[in-house]
Amino acid sequence: MRILALVKRVPATGGRITLAADGRSIDTTYLGFVVSPHEECAVEEAVRLAEAHGGETVVMTLGPAESADQLRDALAIGIDRAVHLETDGSDWDPLATSAAIVDAIRDLEAEGGPFDLILVGNESADAGGYQVGIRVAVALGRPCVNGAKALDVDGGVARARRQAKGGWEVFEVPLPAVVGVREGINLPRYPSVPGRLRAKKKEIARLVPDRRAGGPELIRMRLPVEPDRAVEMLGSGPEATSRVLEILREVGAL
Amino acid sequence: MSDVLVLVELVDGAADRLSLEALAFAGTLCDRLGGGAIHAALIASADDAAAAAGALGGFGVSTLHAIAHERLDAYAPQAWATGLAAVAAAAPFAAVIGPGSERGTEVLAYLGAMTSAPMAANVLDVRPGERWSITRQRWAGSLLEEAWLDGLPHLLTVAAHAVPEPAPATGASPATVVALRPALDDADLVARVIAIESSASDRVELAEAKIVVSGGRGLGSPAAFAMLDELAGLLGAAVGVSRVATSLGWRPHAQQVGQTGTRVAPDLYIACGISGAIQHMVGCKSAKRILAINTDRDAPIFDKATYGIVGDVHQVIPAITAEVRRARGA
Ligand SMILES: Cc1cc2nc3c(=O)[nH]c(=O)nc-3n(C[C@H](O)[C@H](O)[C@H](O)COP(=O)(O)OP(=O)(O)OC[C@H]3O[C@@H](n4cnc5c(N)ncnc54)[C@H](O)[C@@H]3O)c2cc1C
Ligand SMILES: Nc1ncnc2c1ncn2[C@@H]1O[C@H](COP(=O)(O)O)[C@@H](O)[C@H]1O
Repeated sequence: MRILALVKRVPATGGRITLAADGRSIDTTYLGFVVSPHEECAVEEAVRLAEAHGGETVVMTLGPAESADQLRDALAIGIDRAVHLETDGSDWDPLATSAAIVDAIRDLEAEGGPFDLILVGNESADAGGYQVGIRVAVALGRPCVNGAKALDVDGGVARARRQAKGGWEVFEVPLPAVVGVREGINLPRYPSVPGRLRAKKKEIARLVPDRRAGGPELIRMRLPVEPDRAVEMLGSGPEATSRVLEILREVGAL
Repeated sequence: MSDVLVLVELVDGAADRLSLEALAFAGTLCDRLGGGAIHAALIASADDAAAAAGALGGFGVSTLHAIAHERLDAYAPQAWATGLAAVAAAAPFAAVIGPGSERGTEVLAYLGAMTSAPMAANVLDVRPGERWSITRQRWAGSLLEEAWLDGLPHLLTVAAHAVPEPAPATGASPATVVALRPALDDADLVARVIAIESSASDRVELAEAKIVVSGGRGLGSPAAFAMLDELAGLLGAAVGVSRVATSLGWRPHAQQVGQTGTRVAPDLYIACGISGAIQHMVGCKSAKRILAINTDRDAPIFDKATYGIVGDVHQVIPAITAEVRRARGA
């Protein structure tokens, strides 16, 4: 089986977001970077499927030079190969992103054969466009299931379940297919030290993609106006506990 | 061209809450366009559409397109998008709008993909003009983006709860039902729901709970969650957790509150040993009141909380539990 996982580097914002002076990006001076938890699970799922069925796993990202760190994280937990579509770090819209990814997939498949499964996150953590996976699937003419919280592959068929009100919707699609996964589908492993060392030595295939016109076209970002609540400190001893009891009475819990 | 088409989802024969919000959003857009009509599209038989036409008229719908096909008995996102595209092809619309539901977002994304047009998900505001500009949510609403949205029709979904729950107008005339049978390909139906598995559980549903008791890294160990389970049991509350608690394997992901977990809106949210990262807070900001218990007075959660206790959860929670038991005993 050949499996491709798509990940996107995003800042790990803490308690507050600060914007860059031009309002077109987050000020990341003091921030670390991660991929969306959904995508971490997509990478883990790819490794598990390859462990169970054999085959090759590839991770790909479109993003700035530093995104190589996120590709190495994936290599460290057992992904075989990494492909980097390198940009200047500006914001790429979902149309341009998916077009460049589709071009790269076509090239990779021409070389190494088709991917049975392309795994994406249900949505990226930062842009939250909810569409790159679907656009890739439609362009390649493959079925797509989103929101998967369980995935089994057997005899050329992928069976995915997604949560719906009061239960689960079950989808079954023939491979090759695209599946968008949600955090909770698995518990990603932590990389081992040998895994990290191996990842460091691996070569990352680097390409500079063409940027197609697309949209929506970012004008600027701003923070939502959400006034902080004026916190009432309840103390820290027994007086706090009795105040908590009053609050529980007020909300009808007692 | 100022008519707008809205995808509406029926639950038990009536438009669900997010669909009504999308209709209200479309109403505002039509006003800004100088008075267009609201069309709604349903994946339903003409009979089911007729049964909903009266109520939908009250929400401003003039024409109701019933997209029916014998192969549309189960949800199939690409087939829904093909049906919606067929309605949009038959008359010019300024915009096609989806509700902020999983299906609404998915179907609009397919429509965008099939027509190579831009699509904006989770939109809060739209300003039509020479070029339309929109405001949409990034980071699950922790950050907003203003963007140009091109394309005709303009494709977007409305962020959940961006508008208040709409009330129907009285005395409005029912929507006119128009039936349409789209041409579906086998390819449109490959990804479709083949079964529904119900998951009965007697635990208090996290998303609907009136009180949520949540724990994070500050609990220090999986064993410490027993005290949250105990307090929650006494209060009839649901237990929530931060992502640290799930990624360390302490608790199941089903209990995670936040951007990649569940959104909750209880009357009271008790956050124990949780720092207040934005990705956690987007999951609980709709709580009427938040009580934070944290050893660090400078933890960001105290900026977002209604009440704060600076203290060690291992002391504070058992003390509260003991008091609750005493109050119950009295
Ligand atoms: C894209 C993305 C999505 C994410 N989605 C989610 C999500 O859905 N949900 C989520 O929760 N997180 C999410 N996160 C992670 C989030 O950024 C934080 O890392 C996480 O919420 C922190 O969990 P925590 O508060 O338990 O841990 P910490 O941030 O480590 O905080 C622990 C707190 O406990 C306090 N403490 C320590 N000991 C005690 C004690 N004995 N008594 C009382 N207090 C004590 C400390 O002072 C500290 O404030 C996401 C991150 C990213 C990048
Ligand atoms: N720049 C990118 N590079 C690689 N994969 C991406 C990129 N942007 C989006 N994706 C993938 O597409 C999914 C959906 O993204 P989005 O449409 O932005 O919500 C993400 O979870 C990723 O798996």
